[in-house]
Amino acid sequence: MARAISTRRKTVTTVVAWLVALIIFFPILYTIITSFKTEPEAIAGISLIPSGTFENYIEVQAQRDYFRPFLNSVVISLGSTLIALLISVPAAWSMAFSPARRTKDILMWMLSTKMMPAVGVLVPMYLIFRDTGLLDTRTGLTIVLTLVNLPIVVWMLYTYFREIPGEILEAARMDGASTLKEIVYVLTPMAVPGIASTMLLNIILAWNESFWTIRLSAANAAPLTAFIASFSSPQGLFWAKLSAASTLAIAPILIMGWFSQKQLVRGLTFGAVK
Amino acid sequence: MGTIKLENVTKSFGATVIIPKVDLEIEDGEFVVFVGPSGSGKSTLLRLIAGLEDVSGGNIAIDGRDVTRVAPAKRGLAMVFQSYALYPHMSVYNNIAFPLKMAGEGKETIDKKVREAARVLNLAAYLERRPGQLSGGQRQRVAIGRAIVRQPTAFLFDEPLSNLDAALRGTMRLEISELHHQLKTTMIYVTHDQVEAMTLADKIVVLNGGNVEQIGSPLELYRKPANLFVAGFIGSPRMNLIEGAAADAKAAKTIGVRPEHIVVSKTAGDWKGTVGVAEHLGSDTFLHVQADGIGPVTVRADGEVGLDHGETVYLTPDQTKLHRFGADGRAL
Repeated sequence: MARAISTRRKTVTTVVAWLVALIIFFPILYTIITSFKTEPEAIAGISLIPSGTFENYIEVQAQRDYFRPFLNSVVISLGSTLIALLISVPAAWSMAFSPARRTKDILMWMLSTKMMPAVGVLVPMYLIFRDTGLLDTRTGLTIVLTLVNLPIVVWMLYTYFREIPGEILEAARMDGASTLKEIVYVLTPMAVPGIASTMLLNIILAWNESFWTIRLSAANAAPLTAFIASFSSPQGLFWAKLSAASTLAIAPILIMGWFSQKQLVRGLTFGAVK
Repeated sequence: MGTIKLENVTKSFGATVIIPKVDLEIEDGEFVVFVGPSGSGKSTLLRLIAGLEDVSGGNIAIDGRDVTRVAPAKRGLAMVFQSYALYPHMSVYNNIAFPLKMAGEGKETIDKKVREAARVLNLAAYLERRPGQLSGGQRQRVAIGRAIVRQPTAFLFDEPLSNLDAALRGTMRLEISELHHQLKTTMIYVTHDQVEAMTLADKIVVLNGGNVEQIGSPLELYRKPANLFVAGFIGSPRMNLIEGAAADAKAAKTIGVRPEHIVVSKTAGDWKGTVGVAEHLGSDTFLHVQADGIGPVTVRADGEVGLDHGETVYLTPDQTKLHRFGADGRAL
C-alpha cells in the first residue's frame, strides 16, 4: 500500500534534492559566472556576481577561431556515434535474440576493455596513428572515438533489445508477418526509443572525450576539448578566458541535453526503469 | 475444417530429448487440452504444431496437408500466448487488425471484422487504448480478439490464464468455453491446471516427460486412469495411492481410491485412523487422516463434518470404485 507522504517530509526532500542538484551543477555554473568576469575579478576570490563583461568571449574568438573546433567536434561525435550504431545494432541484435554459448563472455570481455587505463596504450596508439597518417585528422579521431565507445553502445543496445519479449516476435510470425514486415511493423517501433537514447548518450560521451582527442590532434582536427585545453597551458592562468572557452565548448551539448532530457534519463538508467 | 494429425513427432534440443515420440489425432471442432506438470513437453508440443519450433522427426498434417516444413504464418493457425504478447506500441484496434493487415485485407473489411470481434469480446470501449492501459483480463481478451478475427483453422492457447488472479481465471475459463461453442473451431489448449483441463476439454492429453500418458475424455481419465501418473494427476484432491498389505489383499502393487469415494464414520469401518488436519470449506470437508497400517489418507466428505484434529475415525473405501495398479504402474 502506498503511504501518504506528509507535506513537511515532501518539503524537506524537495529542498535536499535541489541542494544536491545545485552542488552537482555548481562547477558548471561557476564556470559560466567566471566567464563574465574580468581577469582580476576571476582570481580575486570566490564571488558569485560578475561584472558582466563580454570581453572574454570577444577575445577568445579573436585569439582562436571557435568555429573550426566546433565543426570538428560535431563531425567527430556524430560520425563516431553513427559508425558505432551501424556496428552495434546488428551485433547487439544477434546477441539479444540468438545468443550463443559464449555471448555473455564476449560482452564481459568488451566491457573489460573499459577497465583498462587508456594511458596504458597511448604510446602504441600514437605510433600507429603516426605511421598510418591518421594523426590530427577527423577520420583518425572518429575511428578512435568509435572504438572507445563501442563497448558501451553494444551493452546499452543489448540491454534494450533484451527487453523486447521474444513472444511478441512469435506472435507477429503467427499473425502472418513476413520477416520484413516483422522488422518494419513490430521490431523497429519497439527498438527505436532504445536506439535514440543510446545515440544521444553516445554523442555526449564523444563530445566530452578529451584524453584521446587532445593527444591525437594538433590544429587541423582539434575539437572543442582541445580548444579549451589550448587556453590553459601556454598562456598561464587566464581564468576568465578559460571559462569563456569552456562555456562555449559545453554550450551546444548542454542545450542538446536539455531538450532530450526524457530520452536521456531513460538511457542513463540503462532500461532498468519502465 | 480443422483436423490436426501428428505422426511419430519427436523433438530434441541437442542431446536432450524433449519429446521421444508422439502420435495424436485431433478431430475438427474438438477442444483438446494438453495437461501435465512443468517440463512435461506440453508447451513444446504446441509450439511444434504452431511451427515456432522445428520437429526433429515425424510429420504434422493440418486438414490432410503436410505442414511439417511450412512456416508458422502459412499454417492457418492462431495463437494466444501466456504473456498475451500484444504489440505495446499499437492501439487495441491495431492489435486486433494486425493479422488482417498482414493478410492484405481491405480497409473496410478490416474495420468490420475488428469491430465485430470487439463487440463479441466486450472491447468496443477500449479500441483506442494501448495495451499498457488495460487490465489483465482485458489484455487477454485483446489477445483472443487478435486470434479470432482471422478465422483460423485452429486456435492454440499456451497457458492463457496463468497470469490472471483466481476469480478472473474462472470467468475467462467460461468465456473461452462459450467462445468454443460459438465458433466451433478446433482448439488446442495447454495448461498445468487439471481443473482447467477437466472443465474445458472434449479430449485431454496427459503428458509427462514428453510422453503421452493417456488420451481420453475428462470423465474417462477420472474413471479409468491408465496408470499411476494419470491417477495421481487428474482429480482434486488427488487420489490416495496405497501400497502394502491393503494392496496385496487386492492382488495389486498399488491400490488407488479417490478422497470422495471413502465413507467416514466415528464408530466402525475398514480402516481405523486419526484426523490430522481438517479443512472446512463449507461445501466440503477435506480430512487428512493417518490410518493405521495404511498411511496418510485424504477423505472428502460432503458438507460440514464435526471432526477435528486428533479424533479417531473409521474409513470405508467404496469397493466398486477402487483402482488397481501393477508393479509397472499400469492399471490392472
